[in-house]
Amino acid sequence: MKKRHLLFVVLGILVLAWPLVLHGVFIQHVAALLVLAAISASAWNIVGGYGGQVSIGHAMFFGAGAYGALAAYTDFGWPPVAGVPLGIIAALLIAVLVGLPTFRLQGHYFSMATIAAVELLRILLSNVSVLGASVGLMGPARPRGLADLSFRSPVPYYYLFLAVLALLLVVTAWMERSRLGFYLRAIRGGERGARSLGVPVVRTKLIALMISAGFTALAGGLYALMVGFIDPESGFGLLISVKMVIIAALGGAGTLWGPLVGAAILIPLEESTNALFGGSGTGATYVVYGAIIVLISRFLPGGIAELVQLLSVKARRRAA
Amino acid sequence: MILVQLVTDGLLVGAVYALLSSGLTLIWGMMNVVNFAHGDFVMLAMYVAFIAVTTLAIGPALFVPLAALVLFGVGVVVYYALIRNVMRGPMLAQILSTFGLGLVLRYAMFWVFSANFVSLPDTLVGGVLSVDGLRLQYSRLLAGVVALLLTAALHLMLTRTALGSRLLAVAEDRTAAMLVGIRPDPMQALAWGIGAACAGVAGALIALFFYISPLVGDSLVLIAFVTVCLGGFGSVPGALFAGLAIGVIESLSSWFIGAAWKDVVVYGLFLLALWVRPQGLLGKS
Repeated sequence: MKKRHLLFVVLGILVLAWPLVLHGVFIQHVAALLVLAAISASAWNIVGGYGGQVSIGHAMFFGAGAYGALAAYTDFGWPPVAGVPLGIIAALLIAVLVGLPTFRLQGHYFSMATIAAVELLRILLSNVSVLGASVGLMGPARPRGLADLSFRSPVPYYYLFLAVLALLLVVTAWMERSRLGFYLRAIRGGERGARSLGVPVVRTKLIALMISAGFTALAGGLYALMVGFIDPESGFGLLISVKMVIIAALGGAGTLWGPLVGAAILIPLEESTNALFGGSGTGATYVVYGAIIVLISRFLPGGIAELVQLLSVKARRRAA
Repeated sequence: MILVQLVTDGLLVGAVYALLSSGLTLIWGMMNVVNFAHGDFVMLAMYVAFIAVTTLAIGPALFVPLAALVLFGVGVVVYYALIRNVMRGPMLAQILSTFGLGLVLRYAMFWVFSANFVSLPDTLVGGVLSVDGLRLQYSRLLAGVVALLLTAALHLMLTRTALGSRLLAVAEDRTAAMLVGIRPDPMQALAWGIGAACAGVAGALIALFFYISPLVGDSLVLIAFVTVCLGGFGSVPGALFAGLAIGVIESLSSWFIGAAWKDVVVYGLFLLALWVRPQGLLGKS
């Protein structure tokens, strides 16, 4: 156990200190994106992994957060960061609208509703001119002050994202041990059984979705802060939702560290292939992602976390 | 007059929606699995029609059965290779398997054919039928009528034949069906085959009057979802009535509100249906 603590301390120092040593902007950029992806996948994981309620339209919350930030700047002249809470409130409202009716039903109704809702929002935003229509919204071109949180280097964003990720991990770890976490896992195991044991099923799922939606919207807001641009596709597009699902499922849905492992594998892979082959416009990215999703669900529904567990059990058996 | 025209157009498209949704509802009712790749099956069938017309120069009398056959095969293969292994697994695996499959199909076609829209030559089933000022394109008329007949045939097959009874027996209780000597695996594979073939015929028919693109399944799968939810899951007559209703609603809303908003209306209707009457308008609670 001591060895494991040491490992965590070393990893923690590495995660915090490496930007002071390595100065490549590409690596710093990828690292910031990686942490951001870990945030949204961890947020998805709360309702999708722990609760087994598979959202395939989580981009609706991400987009709400991103639009909140940039609409506050474009329409009111606020610093984008002041618009993030607006985005989170919008995301919570959407969560209630989608979750309340579908959580009374079996799981796949929720999944279907998430696809419909995200498409609905994407089309709506493409037609609403106050929110930029299909052109999208821009952040401040040049920082007007520190409050705009507009930096040239990706490093400040990296640390900002890291702080949010740490907060989310603390919340998730707390949830794992709390009544909510036990309720959620009971629901994932079997809704009817959970209900018969007195678990308030609808309320539990809704609370989990709202926590998840809030953090996903926060991730969207942070994305908008860093990139300074959002349009219907980069906010509510299919790829945004797919990435959250695949990162969590690859690392291990319903585990604390799974989404982090998934992000650490997928994001560098994606960024380097994009850099090599020039953009993701060919559809090849989606084919690979789809194939990974199919293979995981067919052979390893628990993701890498399950694989590690299987291997360690085998190793222990061999040792004994 | 315009109203009659819009409703007729809507009914004809609605019949095709009914057929493609029947495929979804059959699979859903049989084994409680939602095929998130259903729209991509339709898309695949549209490309089968396109390739058949451009390379073999055959007409709809041949390419519609061809699309049905190809998609039947796809459905059976998907069942044995994928669904059989995930259907009793966790919900996550069930949903993600067909969703991932849909992504692969959609973007593999995107890769091969690029995002460009293609369409069948409109002389294939050209011409317009005029009755009392009502103008009906032959292509839509053909699609609507064939779809209507096939949906009815599917319903009769399920309710009036021994094969249909075996299918419904497996749907009702897998174990009990095994006790009376029905092997569930071939029945469920058959359900996937038929379900995919419905999407196949629907796709080949839609291709007669609609553009073809790799992403076309996106909106079609949502239309199938709302149809099945309104009609009550597992019910072919429900899918028929709901499909016709959606066709008319779509046609009216694109005329009165604007074509850009017709999807918003349909998806909004879906979310509303989930709020108000999730068991479907004709479904039992």
